[in-house]
Amino acid sequence: MIYDCIIIGAGVSGSATARELSKYDLNVCVLEKGEDVCSGTSKANSAIVHAGFDAAEGSLMAKLNVEGNEMMGQLAEDLDIPFERNGSLVVCIHESEKGGLQDLYNRGVANGVKDLRIVEREELHQMEPNLAEAACAALYAPTGGIICPFMLNIAMAENANVNGVDFFFNTEAEDLHRDEDGIWHIRTNNGEYKTRTVVNAAGVYSDVFHNMVADKKIHITPRRGDYCLLDKEMGSFAKHTIFPQPTKMGKGILVSPTIHGNLIVGPTAVDIEDKEATATTADGINDLIEKAGMHVDNLPVRRKVITSFAGLRAHEDNHEFVIGELKEAPGFVDCAGIESPGLTSSPAIGEMVADIVAGILKPSKKANWDGKRKGILNPSGMSIEERNELIKKNPAYGQIICRCESISEGEILDAIHRPLGARSLDGVKRRTRAGMGRCQAGFCSPRVMEIINRELGIPVEKITKSGGKSVIAPELSKNRKGGEL
Amino acid sequence: MQSYDIVVIGGGPAGLAAAAEAKKAGVDSILILERDHELGGILNQCIHNGFGLHTFKEELTGPEYAQRFMDEVFKLNIEYKLNTMVMDITDTKVVTAMNKTDGMFQIQAKAVILAMGCRERPRGALNIPGYRPAGIFSAGTAQRLVNIEGYMPGREVVILGSGDIGLIMARRMTLEGAKVKVVAELMPYSGGLKRNIVQCLDDYGIPLKLSHTVVDIEGKERVEGITIAEVGPDMKPIPGTEEHYSCDTLLLSVGLLPENELSKTAGVELSGITSGPIVNDSLETSVEGIFACGNVLHVHDLVDFVSQEAANAGRNAAKYVKEGSKPATKEIKINAVDGVRYTVPVTVRPNEMDDTVTVRFRVGAVYKNSAVAMYFGDEQVLKRKKQIMAPGEMEEVVIKKEELAKHPDISDITIKIEQA
Amino acid sequence: METRKLTCIGCPMGCQLTVTIDNGTVVEVTGNTCKRGDDYARKEVTNPTRIVTSTVPVKGGRIAMVSCKTKNDIPKDKIFDCMKAIEGVEVTAPIHIGDVIVKDVCGTGVDVIATKEVLSA
Repeated sequence: MIYDCIIIGAGVSGSATARELSKYDLNVCVLEKGEDVCSGTSKANSAIVHAGFDAAEGSLMAKLNVEGNEMMGQLAEDLDIPFERNGSLVVCIHESEKGGLQDLYNRGVANGVKDLRIVEREELHQMEPNLAEAACAALYAPTGGIICPFMLNIAMAENANVNGVDFFFNTEAEDLHRDEDGIWHIRTNNGEYKTRTVVNAAGVYSDVFHNMVADKKIHITPRRGDYCLLDKEMGSFAKHTIFPQPTKMGKGILVSPTIHGNLIVGPTAVDIEDKEATATTADGINDLIEKAGMHVDNLPVRRKVITSFAGLRAHEDNHEFVIGELKEAPGFVDCAGIESPGLTSSPAIGEMVADIVAGILKPSKKANWDGKRKGILNPSGMSIEERNELIKKNPAYGQIICRCESISEGEILDAIHRPLGARSLDGVKRRTRAGMGRCQAGFCSPRVMEIINRELGIPVEKITKSGGKSVIAPELSKNRKGGEL
Repeated sequence: MQSYDIVVIGGGPAGLAAAAEAKKAGVDSILILERDHELGGILNQCIHNGFGLHTFKEELTGPEYAQRFMDEVFKLNIEYKLNTMVMDITDTKVVTAMNKTDGMFQIQAKAVILAMGCRERPRGALNIPGYRPAGIFSAGTAQRLVNIEGYMPGREVVILGSGDIGLIMARRMTLEGAKVKVVAELMPYSGGLKRNIVQCLDDYGIPLKLSHTVVDIEGKERVEGITIAEVGPDMKPIPGTEEHYSCDTLLLSVGLLPENELSKTAGVELSGITSGPIVNDSLETSVEGIFACGNVLHVHDLVDFVSQEAANAGRNAAKYVKEGSKPATKEIKINAVDGVRYTVPVTVRPNEMDDTVTVRFRVGAVYKNSAVAMYFGDEQVLKRKKQIMAPGEMEEVVIKKEELAKHPDISDITIKIEQA
Repeated sequence: METRKLTCIGCPMGCQLTVTIDNGTVVEVTGNTCKRGDDYARKEVTNPTRIVTSTVPVKGGRIAMVSCKTKNDIPKDKIFDCMKAIEGVEVTAPIHIGDVIVKDVCGTGVDVIATKEVLSA
């Protein structure tokens, strides 16, 4: 079969595009080399919805950031995911550099960011009592927010899937070309896929696909960022997202509450060449702790960290989103160089890319498109009566599997059995938060493995953390081998 | 709302012993709430021998030791609920819990005994750099996989931390055919028992590298290698001392943390050192009628001491239920100084205390040919020579009521390590 | 005459013991600070023994595996033979503590017994 559109990559950009394209009468599929959506750059970032004052005036990045930010509230509601506009503060710690805040303010206004203002020392310290004494002023952006990148990515993909978009996982695009009839052939490890249009949403690999077909080459640098995630005890350390003043390497090391009540600190910024090198380094973590400490006081990173991780931003040499159809390769649509504020911009990116594809294919709109999604039921906010009603209907909600985050078996079953359901420990974790708490899955992983085994029939010794070779317990014990299973 | 005289949170060794003793002390209405599908707690996965030498004068395995206490609970007809997670405890002792059959329910207790045990420090808390592949387990999680579920976490193993669970798992994995390449320990001494070092490592030729830590984890999907390095006196890796081991598994045995999330919901005051509740001689926490025992109070070395302590908590909870609250007429603080990291209990009530109170503590470093000293006020009342004291083993001193009564004016007791 | 070095397991001291053996007879133990070290060294060089613990699968039980141990200690050099002998053994629920799983394992005269109660499913 020939698809109307194939999207390479099921990160936020690819998934947002897929959801937008699902509004049309088109055969669309997404090819993802990972075993799940949200497996690359989208899974490891600051989880921030940026206001939009950073990007250069007049840039596509600025436009899509502000648009994406504005769209996020409604989208979060439609997709039933948590989102909060906690506001962000760019904090100045040197009187001599206050002018930089004014520049940022002016840029923000020019970019169309609403409600920006500069707050002075006294008000600032009232807003954030844990700021360092040196904090003398800040740019306050009330529209800044926090969101769960997994949930946003997963929800958009799920909704796209429900509206007819196919997703093929463990399917890595290796090469592509356009034949004389204008059909694109994409070679993958799982055979060839044919399509009229291609969307290149391959994250840190987007330059590879672009350069296969484009005259003008681009270069993506994986820019590694190390993060520390702190215990929920520290969730109230900061109310707003606290940024330093930006530098050439990015927005700097922020300290922010997360939407789930942890505190996140990061990222560092180190340019590397290896597109898979998501290992944290001791230097990175030390750097992070030192720099975060310049803007806030008494942040107990080492004592309260529950996990550290590194993400790769797809940094394009010109620091600009590369979106558009290539003249020399009709039907090939780039969605490349999507680094921060990519998560924020993703709803607008999806819209823009889908418009370009629709401009090529001229499809009609579906009559029965349903943009609403019901998220995984989270019983934690329910009254005892409501919970009991729920447990009576489905006893699985009465069994807690993850003690740290209080996640029940019911939620895990939902995560496994819904569209594009979880098949690995990380899949369950990103959908339900089981294993994301302070014990980091020590308690729940054997229990979640048991559920995956029972529900999906995957033998325990084949269950993975996140697909591929990431098997958890690759063998039966000696004696068990001899017995029945 | 249902009501019970005593609700015991956790059906491991501490909860079982506490419940049994409370029942024997004359309280009938007792309920144990256990989150797992069986009683016995973590002992169920500790299939090795070495338990119960103090209590039963014989060497039992973990499941056998647990069964002795379970049998007692069964014999005493103490009620318990399995697969039940306690979600919240209030300072007025309303316990909210949940399971599949009862749904979410609340119980008004007259007294609550906290016996939730402890959990392992995960990799995340250590800031070990590197990738985050599959194949990194806390030793206890691996122990559960192997001993309860019957799965092997891997074939070639490096272990960080020489706590007893790590040592026990080194032997267990070896017996199951795995190759344990090295055990790295950050400290210049092992936190494990000598017996375990000899019988779990030396017996199998597994090297123990003291003052070493993991500095890199390789493998994007599954662990492929581990680099360890020697650390200096500042605990920082010394460049140039790196050694690489190819392996598919990293086990972590890097410390246990009392699991006090529920204690916090009840407003129980916790110690910054043990992470467990601050208790008086009756093992009552800062919240009246809420008692604590076992590893939720402080991490023990031997389960025998858990059972003793838990029995104490059970008896005192029963006394509280029967006699009601009686504010202490006086409370004396125990200072832990000069090498003594903490004490349990933290205070004693000279008038209400039992005839003797056992004070347990740990030292902060290895002490050879030193002495444990106790002072009532400024007066030394005890000096006991010890050839060796190590952080891995609990120490104890006994305070006699009679003797304390001879010092009516003191405001504090001090326990410290002195030269012999 | 030969000497062997041992670490005493009697207490956290971990005394480094040196045992001098002549023709299989212990001539001298040094390095110990108490009687326990002497006793341990003599036993450990002439007849070292260990209790072996493991698990075997249970058919028809509420859980998949039951733990087991050698009822008494067995010669240290029989540990892996003992593991081999247990391998492949399967029991059927109900199982009670003390039930014999392997009789007279490896000719040691010691039985491997269950250490856990397993009710039928």
